[in-house]
Amino acid sequence: MGQKMLMKGNEAIAEAAIQAGCRFFFGYPITPQNQIPEYMSKRMPQVENGCFLQAESEVSAINMVYGAAGAGARVMTSSSSPGISLKQEGISYIVGAELPCVIVNMVRGGPGLGSIQPAQSDYYQSTRGGGHGDYRMLVLAPASVQEAVELTQQAFDLADKYRNPVLVLGDGLIGQMMEPVEMPEYVKPELPEKTWAATGWTPDSDRERAIINSLYIDPNVLEKHNRKLYEKYAVMEQTECRWQEEMTEDADYVMVAYGTTARICRSAMRKLRDKGVKVGLIRPVTLWPFPNAPIQAAAKHAKAFLTVEMSMGQMVDDVRLAVDGEKPVAFYGRTGGVVPTVREIMDEVEKLAKEGK
Amino acid sequence: MEAQFLIAGFGGQGVLLIGQLLAKAAMHQGMNVSWMPSYGPEMRGGEANCAVVISDEPIGSPLVTEIPVAVVMNKPSMHKFAPAMEEGGLMLYNSSLIDIRPPREDVRAVPVNCNAIAEELGNSRTANMVMLGAIIALTGVVTIDSAMEALKETFGPKKAHLLPINRQAMEAGAKAAAAV
Repeated sequence: MGQKMLMKGNEAIAEAAIQAGCRFFFGYPITPQNQIPEYMSKRMPQVENGCFLQAESEVSAINMVYGAAGAGARVMTSSSSPGISLKQEGISYIVGAELPCVIVNMVRGGPGLGSIQPAQSDYYQSTRGGGHGDYRMLVLAPASVQEAVELTQQAFDLADKYRNPVLVLGDGLIGQMMEPVEMPEYVKPELPEKTWAATGWTPDSDRERAIINSLYIDPNVLEKHNRKLYEKYAVMEQTECRWQEEMTEDADYVMVAYGTTARICRSAMRKLRDKGVKVGLIRPVTLWPFPNAPIQAAAKHAKAFLTVEMSMGQMVDDVRLAVDGEKPVAFYGRTGGVVPTVREIMDEVEKLAKEGK
Repeated sequence: MEAQFLIAGFGGQGVLLIGQLLAKAAMHQGMNVSWMPSYGPEMRGGEANCAVVISDEPIGSPLVTEIPVAVVMNKPSMHKFAPAMEEGGLMLYNSSLIDIRPPREDVRAVPVNCNAIAEELGNSRTANMVMLGAIIALTGVVTIDSAMEALKETFGPKKAHLLPINRQAMEAGAKAAAAV
């Protein structure tokens, strides 16, 4: 660990990526993530073999990512909601071709061009694949700038481990906020060699020529390929689920929230605890795979759940699937770029308590 | 201990810098901090504000919606944020540009003649540092020394020659606020 620095979420993510060996960044500007490409444009030329390129569009940027990933490079792109929608075709191809890359989405209000303020309304898109076809992505949702740094670095390792894109899902607040950061000393874990990379092959190489492809004309072959992808996803579900729990042991009411919203819930929780309301918080860190286990465990003793999101209610579906009808699951959300307040969340929990749920 | 600030003015007045220096100084003093700016299609002369939270515990919400300490550098900011203040809160306002008292009887109001004091010192651009000095004097959340250390980091070697005038501005602001 180095010295503590006060850094913006966006800049910290960019630096963390470079420290983790990211040498290619392709992007296109959009608020509220512009400090990522801005920082990359300054830093990439300073590192050996570093390449920053502002593409002519998001579609172009994600296809550059496709190419660099196919050549075995550590590569990243970032955008915000409307831009991520544009990238979906490319992401689907990258998954189909089983290539690793890191994608950052600093979510803003939607639909359409929406607003530029923080939102969490891309949860469905993020956790259900996003583009066309049968696939998933690992989705990591940081709740602080320090965690954004750590998850970004892990995202590169996880992408390489599974040969699948990894999505870091923040929001405008995580991107724009400054917090103290200790940039960790990045240590690359042991990872399989990229023998599949389309680079360095010569006729006398002792490996097959690498072909990057997502087209399988024969349905039986594609079905086999998709089953292979889902075998990877099953391993992810077993080994990569992450969450944080606070004060759930004795909680009557358990809040479930991620990212920025989880922080606001944490403030509400402290104030409610001071008033004697037994409330706890489960914060999914991976949104896919979704941490069902702690929610199922809490459903045994809690009276009710409250899911809080900056959306009209998306993750709440996954909470309800996990709770499986055992306890009531209430929802509170603000949308369009409006951030819920501590007071509003306290009111919602107290309403549950009053209703005797 | 948790201190929350909302600092507002128009773009170019250095309100974001006031917040950053508070946060950085508190970080150097071993506290947890967050700094959250308003962002958007903003420009010089437009509206700017930031929320700063300083705590000895991990920080929950980085937003400040019920404001205990508001710092306003221009009149529109006073009108905007006075209604969101906590009862018994503290509002420091730049009386060089604001010729009214805050429209709240239940809030302690402290005028700081930021621009006039800065001009007297010979550098009108240090008006924000006059205000920072006043904040430090009234809240004691950081010291002028640690704020200066933070400013030194922010300025880098190129602007190091401006450090003495900024210290003078902070000290003058602290003195002015203590006298109210």
